[in-house]
Amino acid sequence: MSLDFEKEIADVEKRIAELSALDKSRSPKRKAELTSLKRKVKSMTKKVYSELSPWDTVQIARHADRPLLRDFIDGMCSEFLELHGDRHQGDDKAMIGGFATLGGQRCMLIGMVKGRSVEEKVESNFGMPNPEGYRKALRLMKLAERYGLPIVCMVDTPAAYPGREAEERGQAEAIARNLTEMAALEVPIIVVVTGEGGSGGALGIAVGDAILMLRYAVYSVIPPEGCAAILWRDAAKAADAADALKITADSLLEFGVIDEIVDEPAGGAHRDPETTIAATQEAIVRNIKKLKRRGAKRLVDQRYNKFVKIGRFKHARS
Amino acid sequence: MGWFTTSSTKGDKNAAKGLFVVCPGCKSHIFEEERKNNLKVCPKCNHHDRLTYKERLDLIIDPGTFREFNSHISTTDPLEFVDGKGSYADKAAQAKAKTGMNEAIVTGSGNINGIRVVIGVMDFRFLGGSLASGTGEKILLAAEHALRMKRAFILFSASGGARMHEGIISLMQMAKTCAGISKLNKANIPYISVMTDPTFGGVSASYATVGDINLAEPGAMIGFAGRRVIEQTIKQKLPKDFQTSEYLLDHGFVDAIVNRSEMKDYLHNVLMYCSRKKA
Repeated sequence: MSLDFEKEIADVEKRIAELSALDKSRSPKRKAELTSLKRKVKSMTKKVYSELSPWDTVQIARHADRPLLRDFIDGMCSEFLELHGDRHQGDDKAMIGGFATLGGQRCMLIGMVKGRSVEEKVESNFGMPNPEGYRKALRLMKLAERYGLPIVCMVDTPAAYPGREAEERGQAEAIARNLTEMAALEVPIIVVVTGEGGSGGALGIAVGDAILMLRYAVYSVIPPEGCAAILWRDAAKAADAADALKITADSLLEFGVIDEIVDEPAGGAHRDPETTIAATQEAIVRNIKKLKRRGAKRLVDQRYNKFVKIGRFKHARS
Repeated sequence: MGWFTTSSTKGDKNAAKGLFVVCPGCKSHIFEEERKNNLKVCPKCNHHDRLTYKERLDLIIDPGTFREFNSHISTTDPLEFVDGKGSYADKAAQAKAKTGMNEAIVTGSGNINGIRVVIGVMDFRFLGGSLASGTGEKILLAAEHALRMKRAFILFSASGGARMHEGIISLMQMAKTCAGISKLNKANIPYISVMTDPTFGGVSASYATVGDINLAEPGAMIGFAGRRVIEQTIKQKLPKDFQTSEYLLDHGFVDAIVNRSEMKDYLHNVLMYCSRKKA
């Protein structure tokens, strides 16, 4: 699948594929053409990806081939022991977690599952957790705290599920409870926004000591389509809303909302998942090692200070 | 002309001129004078109309005891946000002119039947009571004051949710305010949340639903996602009383629904159980 702004790249890539298939003889002329086309793709990709609009970035963050949580777990973890259920309501398939070892570090890894095939998507509710998902996450985080394990939260969700049962079981309370409890957990929390950081649904597992974000992930108070529908009264103005909302990693770093951008290769994680996953693992492990040295009290104090200093207001003269 | 108007939920200016108002709850015509004397509650159907911060404070806090905190904290425009209808800066300026407020919440300390508390009151008239930088800062500072002074914190919510015009910074106010509440929890300082009409989105999903005690006014609309969004998602009609205070009480998320006329005494009675010193 190629995105609109990648169409030219895709055309050249197609030509390369055709040539490669044809080229049994490997004539010097063909070889030269192939090399030049490959170079062209590289420079085009670099150019296109250096001029992405926020709305383009949204498309990349939602790309069908973008690595998902299960890919990250497979690529990063030498072990993952999944732990199920919130002990009250059920087992949310949109939010999973468990004991994980990555780069030799034992931790509690939690994150949203979006699913790739249609069946997986339906089973995981398209990555939109219900209250029991947030409660499962909190149960596992509390367990991690008791055992002194660092917590890694991988965020990729369009939103917390806006459904009838979700409301009846307290979607708002479940998220609010996590925000309140995560502020006081006495173990390191590393958050990585890998794809879509969809509003309160994302924040529900995203209070931490180190907030990382992949280069082409987005993180927003409201989906651009929703914002456009309300403030422009036209969902088709989503690109304008994406611009106005400032939802890219660069903007968030500037606002002090995130601490670090994990780089993706030019062309995005969907072109080179392995490199992206390796870079993500490196960043997580490095942050775990750094934060493990912080004592519990300092950890909680610094996390508190980190969040309470976010805000831009002025002191008006009366 | 001008004899009948809808009540303040629909339009403040007209209501002030009319002799009668139409109750948004039961659609019956009621004397404006009678409604006002009845704390903006419909004498026929008990519909609780929205209050301004000032009306709320007058109702809850002993006369002459309120001291406001941080009234100077005001909005900036960190994203330089412009939408289809204009800039955030202009909208905020209009809201300030209309309400005389600098942000969507007023915080301070005051007495409830003689008990000193820290209180926050949101006002829906200011950009839909939305949560943004200034709002979050005032709530946090009020919570920190309550912590220092070891006084109960009472917060009246009225909000459509996080303010889109400050983008991700608004979203982070949810984490910021909850961090403040978390400190109160740890220090065993009482935190009482009172949800009034409406309490949604980023406010219901942060400080409004994690009170030690969660109270609500009758008939208030309270929820995470809006009714329309849910109906579009699940492609079903929702029950008529969906997301009302009464519905939340039934589902276990509200401790009690308290009539406006009884709220002050109710809070006082609850506070009598929350003081460790007297135990």
